[in-house]
Amino acid sequence: MSTQPLLKVEHLTMRFGGLVAVNDLSFDVHKGEITALIGPNGAGKTTVFNCITGFYKPTEGMMTLTQADGRHYLLERMPDFRIAAEAKVARTFQNIRLFTGMTVLENLLVAQHNVLMKASGYTIMGLLGIGGYKAASAASVEKAKYWLEKTRLTDRADDPAGDLPYGDQRRLEIARAMCTDPLLLCLDEPAAGLNPRESLELNTLLRSIRQDDGVSVLLIEHDMSVVMEISDHVVVLDYGTKISDGTPSHVQNDPKVIAAYLGVEDEEVEAVEAEVGL
Amino acid sequence: MAKVDNRIVEQSGPVQSGPMAALKEAAFAGLITFGLSIPIIAYGTRQDINNRLVLDARWDAVAWAVAIVFIGRLLVTLNAQRRAAGGGKLMRVPQALQPLLGRLKPVLAPLAIGFLFAFPVISLLLSGWQGSTKWIDNFGVQILIYVMLGWGLNIVVGLAGLLDLGYVAFYAVGAYSYALFATKVIPATYPALGVWAFWICLPVAGILAAFWGILLGFPVLRLRGDYLAIVTLAFGEMIRLVLINWTDFSQGYAGISGIPRPSFFGIPFNASDNGFAATFGLEFTPIYRTIFLYYLILVLALLTAFVTIRLRRMPVGRAWEALREDEIACRSLGINTTTTKLTAFSLGAGFGGIAGAFFAAKQGFISPESFTFMESAVILAIVVLGGMGSLWGVAIAAVVMIGGPELMREMEFTKAIFGKDFDPTQYRMLIFGLAMVVIMIWKPRGLISTREPTAFLKQSKAVSGSHVKEGHG
Repeated sequence: MSTQPLLKVEHLTMRFGGLVAVNDLSFDVHKGEITALIGPNGAGKTTVFNCITGFYKPTEGMMTLTQADGRHYLLERMPDFRIAAEAKVARTFQNIRLFTGMTVLENLLVAQHNVLMKASGYTIMGLLGIGGYKAASAASVEKAKYWLEKTRLTDRADDPAGDLPYGDQRRLEIARAMCTDPLLLCLDEPAAGLNPRESLELNTLLRSIRQDDGVSVLLIEHDMSVVMEISDHVVVLDYGTKISDGTPSHVQNDPKVIAAYLGVEDEEVEAVEAEVGL
Repeated sequence: MAKVDNRIVEQSGPVQSGPMAALKEAAFAGLITFGLSIPIIAYGTRQDINNRLVLDARWDAVAWAVAIVFIGRLLVTLNAQRRAAGGGKLMRVPQALQPLLGRLKPVLAPLAIGFLFAFPVISLLLSGWQGSTKWIDNFGVQILIYVMLGWGLNIVVGLAGLLDLGYVAFYAVGAYSYALFATKVIPATYPALGVWAFWICLPVAGILAAFWGILLGFPVLRLRGDYLAIVTLAFGEMIRLVLINWTDFSQGYAGISGIPRPSFFGIPFNASDNGFAATFGLEFTPIYRTIFLYYLILVLALLTAFVTIRLRRMPVGRAWEALREDEIACRSLGINTTTTKLTAFSLGAGFGGIAGAFFAAKQGFISPESFTFMESAVILAIVVLGGMGSLWGVAIAAVVMIGGPELMREMEFTKAIFGKDFDPTQYRMLIFGLAMVVIMIWKPRGLISTREPTAFLKQSKAVSGSHVKEGHG
């Protein structure tokens, strides 16, 4: 475990009017690890994601992303597109957001926008046919091919993304996020709606992303077969507050987590409340 | 395709089965027409000799309207039922013709461009020096202006999915910048540039219009959908109202006249000794200028198409289309949506401005009357009817929308059918509206609704219109 975490979330609080969606949350995402963010429905997991990726501006708190060369990015101060482009945080969405009218390949090429934009001299050189746009364009197709291969979508490359079955769309969204060359990949419920076989495949894919591509993963997931199987580190949220943080086995046996997920016997309520700190 | 069409038919209303249901539906449509036509058609008013208002009952016209709607609706409903039952299309391209069409596709564009370049010669051969002016000017130049405007707006609406109801503002900016530069600035500073005025001002007009596009775009582009449409509409009107009221600048309603005509790269089109005809040893006739204008707008329109086709395959063009599909996903991929929208808006505006400069040079006179909301609506209708994003569709729609009403003037043979008093030009707008309704029933997503992908691994497959989003600002 490296000394400097890739992403350090400190005292993150997000209020919507009177509602406190995330309350003083702190956790670390370490480099080369798969970190899972779990919790019952409405616990504020997606809100945390939206804060990290810049879609929400947090009310309080600090989120520091440290790149390998030691550069720091304060995510709470950056607009969403710069978080993806400069801090290198990519994300997927709970309700899949593909470019349905574009082909699978085009989806992956759009993800390489910033690289290609630079290579084409911000369009002007590319339009005139000078500079390295041709080479960059070929390289972008190669990268897309690599991810198509990895997500087993090569056969569907020329089909519209909207034509793919649900499981393929989920994988395509991951491939598209990976085409932005991220350091941290944030997945919002990647296993939702997948059958057990597809869930297993997802595990393999995520492990490979961590090992072969060296990308750290932060995921929200309800499917415990995915969470407990692949994560190195689990953070549990309930009502916007962190109730547990540790290895999968530690979290699994934490009485607070069990109480949050399964509830407790009536006679134990007081004892558990005291323990939880209510 | 058939599957897609079904879905759209189902969305437009539950398709009940059986001819009885179709009859009921048609009768209902007829009843609505009857109700609507009582105040509009049933009575005509005129003044008699004593200046009294007299009502003329025209119940026969009402009966015609009701009958046409009844039969039309009946046919549409029956056809929808047939399709829902899996009957397929009424007009299907025969299977044997499919490969032929596929082979024809790559040569279609060169053929069309070849025809366009040969068009003035063809019309000269067919209708002589006198008669061909009408064909080249009223049809050729007029349609091509709208093709260019449609292609320009297509970048904004069709590719980037930004609904712009004030496009004519940029047309006006282009026209007025040429007019003012050529009539005031150049004579006052470098009068020697006179013959070159058009060629200098053409890019200037485009750049100025693009600049205005950026200026208007900055505050506007944070809005989406309906809000964007309303604000662009307002900006379009504002520019027109400024042109009307700032008389010192634009001479208000009086407009600007005496705008210099374009020269043949420095050689003016006039009867003088150093004019075009004399230089090339030809007899002077005004048609040379018309033909030159035709080729000029043709090249300008093709330039618009060329840039659009090139840009679609570049990152910025893909980003436009991605923006139309899903703006939030774009931001999550690190695309700066503000600058991406601005490039689309300003590029579309720039082409509008160039078309405006051409319009001013062709007319020799411009006034705010030429830049009303109606123009924006027509250009937008061309883009929507053509199929958003499709260059072919927009071009065809421009031919239908602009050439169609003009063609009605030529339909002398209708007099033989409906009697001597029948004037086809009177029915231009009626048939124009009817054609729009028919296209929207027949092809709800425009004439060409499929989208050509910009890159492919093995085989380029057109994307069905049902997947392509229309954008929401």
